[in-house]
Amino acid sequence: MTEGETVTGGGVAGAAPSPPPAIEFRDISKAFGQVQANRAVSLGVPKGEIHGIVGENGAGKSTLMSILYGVYEADSGEVLVNGKPVRIRSSRDAIDCGIGMVHQHFMLVDNFTVLENVVLGAEEGALIESSIEKARAELARLEEEYDLRVDQDAVAGDLPVGQQQRVEILKALFRGAEVLVLDEPTGVLTPQEAKQLFRILDALKEHGTTIILITHKLREIMAVTNSVSVMRGGEIVAVRRTQDTSEEELAELMVGRKVRTGERGEAREAGDVALKVGGLTVRDAQDVARVDNVSFEVKAGEIVCIAGVSGNGQSELLQALAGIMPLNNGEFEAMGRSFSPDHPANPKLMRELGIAHVPEDRIRMGLITDFVASESAILGYQRDPSFLNHMLYRMDYLFGHCRKLMENFDVRPRDPSLRSANFSGGNQQKLILARELERRPDILLVGQPTRGVDIGAIEFIHRQLREYRDAGCAILLVSVELDEVMSLADRILVMFEGRIVGEVDGRTADERTLGLMMANAHEGATDRVTEEARL
Amino acid sequence: MSSSAPYVPLPRWVDVGVLPAINLCMALIASGLIVLLVGENPLEAVRWLLIGAFGYEEALGYTLYYTTNFIFTGLAVAVAFHAGLFNIGGEGQAYIGGLGVGLAFLAFDSILPGWLLVPIGIVAAGLFGAGWAFIPAWLQAYRGSHIVITTIMFNFIASALMVYLLVNVLIMPGQMSPETRPFAEAALLPQMHEVLGWFGIETARSPLNLSLVLALLASVGVWAFLWRTPWGYELRAAGQNPRAAVYAGIRTRRLIVTTMCISGMLAGLVAVNEIMGVQHRLILNFTAGTGFAGIAVALMGRNHPVGIILASFLFGVLYQGGAELAFELPRISREMTTAIQGLIILFSGALAYMMRGTLERAWRWLALRFGGVAVPAEGEDHG
Repeated sequence: MTEGETVTGGGVAGAAPSPPPAIEFRDISKAFGQVQANRAVSLGVPKGEIHGIVGENGAGKSTLMSILYGVYEADSGEVLVNGKPVRIRSSRDAIDCGIGMVHQHFMLVDNFTVLENVVLGAEEGALIESSIEKARAELARLEEEYDLRVDQDAVAGDLPVGQQQRVEILKALFRGAEVLVLDEPTGVLTPQEAKQLFRILDALKEHGTTIILITHKLREIMAVTNSVSVMRGGEIVAVRRTQDTSEEELAELMVGRKVRTGERGEAREAGDVALKVGGLTVRDAQDVARVDNVSFEVKAGEIVCIAGVSGNGQSELLQALAGIMPLNNGEFEAMGRSFSPDHPANPKLMRELGIAHVPEDRIRMGLITDFVASESAILGYQRDPSFLNHMLYRMDYLFGHCRKLMENFDVRPRDPSLRSANFSGGNQQKLILARELERRPDILLVGQPTRGVDIGAIEFIHRQLREYRDAGCAILLVSVELDEVMSLADRILVMFEGRIVGEVDGRTADERTLGLMMANAHEGATDRVTEEARL
Repeated sequence: MSSSAPYVPLPRWVDVGVLPAINLCMALIASGLIVLLVGENPLEAVRWLLIGAFGYEEALGYTLYYTTNFIFTGLAVAVAFHAGLFNIGGEGQAYIGGLGVGLAFLAFDSILPGWLLVPIGIVAAGLFGAGWAFIPAWLQAYRGSHIVITTIMFNFIASALMVYLLVNVLIMPGQMSPETRPFAEAALLPQMHEVLGWFGIETARSPLNLSLVLALLASVGVWAFLWRTPWGYELRAAGQNPRAAVYAGIRTRRLIVTTMCISGMLAGLVAVNEIMGVQHRLILNFTAGTGFAGIAVALMGRNHPVGIILASFLFGVLYQGGAELAFELPRISREMTTAIQGLIILFSGALAYMMRGTLERAWRWLALRFGGVAVPAEGEDHG
């Protein structure tokens, strides 16, 4: 191979007789049905660098990495590892080539110890005992070398996510990974944990490990990578040295046009209290208090954001207020009605009262992927008399209704008969928002409105939320994205382990304070701070 | 996008027409090999099968009579399936449906006129079938007992119950065989050859009766119910995604119970065909596996009424033609025709999507080669 033939991330710098890239893609194409996920992608990742790959959802990042890790096979093109063409048909092939992957959703067995998790799949011989003991020493060496400390005998499920992620990294290193792929690694971390992770990545780089970082957070790219490639529409549209580019340029390359973000509305007076929550407690099936004695108010015409690392009770709080999860204690008042364990809410009643809910998990709750768009567009309102002619649905009317929602919220493609699953995440979310906002609710409960949504759609969704707020809607928004929280919220409540541990004015909030609050490590934090949370 | 299903949107007619046809052909080829193995000529076998199913008026009548049963049980399985419930209990529900007809007629056939008895019989069949499905449904919804297990067990309970009742309670006094007395003439469903006779069309006598019309009406009803009413919407929503159903304010427990009752009712209607249309008295084992065949029918018919009618007809052909085949070609036993049915179930049910990938590639190739249809590369909006 000659250097000149490929777009090499490091090659831009122009060092002539450099060693072959650790990973090189040549003309990789992959189609899923009619969707061309990767189109003649050529990319070289130099050895010992951190290379970022950015792109909107559906740009083809994950497909490319899945090809590298043997989940899919490319339709055409080849993959070279250290200059040698390889055929990767399974994750085992990938591991044999020295490629390790840290998935967005960890692949740990929750009730195994850290050590057992690391050994799993790499056992030697029929008896586990000897493998475990050998692994213990090896793992200790790795921990030492990369400063990646975890308690080997801790049960994986008990560890905080930041530590679980370390276990994933250790797993890859234990299998001899020289190239480490991280897919959206900071999605579930607090800012502090993310910083820790980046320190680890730096240490790995120092030891010669090549790292590919998939993310849509441009700030992280700027902070840790040496080079970055931008994907759009299945193609690599640009490769840059990180020092020669900027967040603005990358955002523009990703979207293909200029993006305006982070524009706040005017400060304005909020109205009357619309939602009043007092001492609310929600327990799960294991009797663990997921929401623990929470009290707050949301006024008409304001956006209150619940910030926090995901899994700290925000989802349960939202579901309780939407009438989906039962309350165990406390009460809340909405639209002049009071709800308590003795007077439970239910989703149907809440809708009738004018309380709309955009659920966090749109695929599993917000719509039904197998339904066509016009059917998903009436979910929750399926018995509305206007849709019915006696007992039967007015099909033309349903289509027209769906098309109207699609026009109002710019859902593409504008095809009411397309299956809901075939819309991109952003368009699914816009359809759900359109459905919930169409009835001009007085209270809107929103969970993660822009998770997995591309930048263009984020802009649009944020603008809509601000407009409805200005029109007097009381909005309670749960998000784990600090950028989103800070650009939307009038007030920010931070949740940690089911409790509200801090409140900040949206206009004066800064990321550091919020980050510390999310880990419950800020000044005045309650005494239930756990050791892990301090990390 | 990488998570989107790797299926090419094949044209609908390929998906619902060509694919099942290919599956059926593969099943027939496999069956042909078995016929060869036992030393008969497969083409000869096919000839007798077709003659047996269509060759003469009476044969066609029998074929359609079997078809009627399969439509009822196929619809029963499909309705439950759309709600995510696997109703294996169609056999027992049909059987108990028969008990409903039997009890109603034993009680009223001497008192009430025929125009009233027939609707009462139909309602009784449906109600008893629904009732038999209600218990497993309630147990699933409120006690978490798995519906597959309970419906299977309820088939055995139904069978034991019917033996007990027919041997000890309902048996006609002074006779040996466990069956009730014959019902009054007025209570019987008109035979198709009689009905056609009213219009001046002469046909051969066969067990085919007006239940076929009822089955076709039920198919239309099921279609409208599932795809045109809020109840059907909620049922499908709960089947596709229970969490989204809860979000949408659907009371899923109640829905499980009502869905299973509808399913049981459809299965119970088998008794209209068998007891009111043919047997004219309550006998043992009149269901003869119809309930189980319904699972295969629904599977093959993709849980859509149109598919179910077609699949039922195919199974009717196999039942009736198979009997003729076993009669004409002595080396092919009755069991072998059951094996052929099994192969069809295997290829069009369990392996229904085996050929889809190949077909997709073939379609793509054809489209590129001849149609000049550009396979669009731009798919981001759909991703």
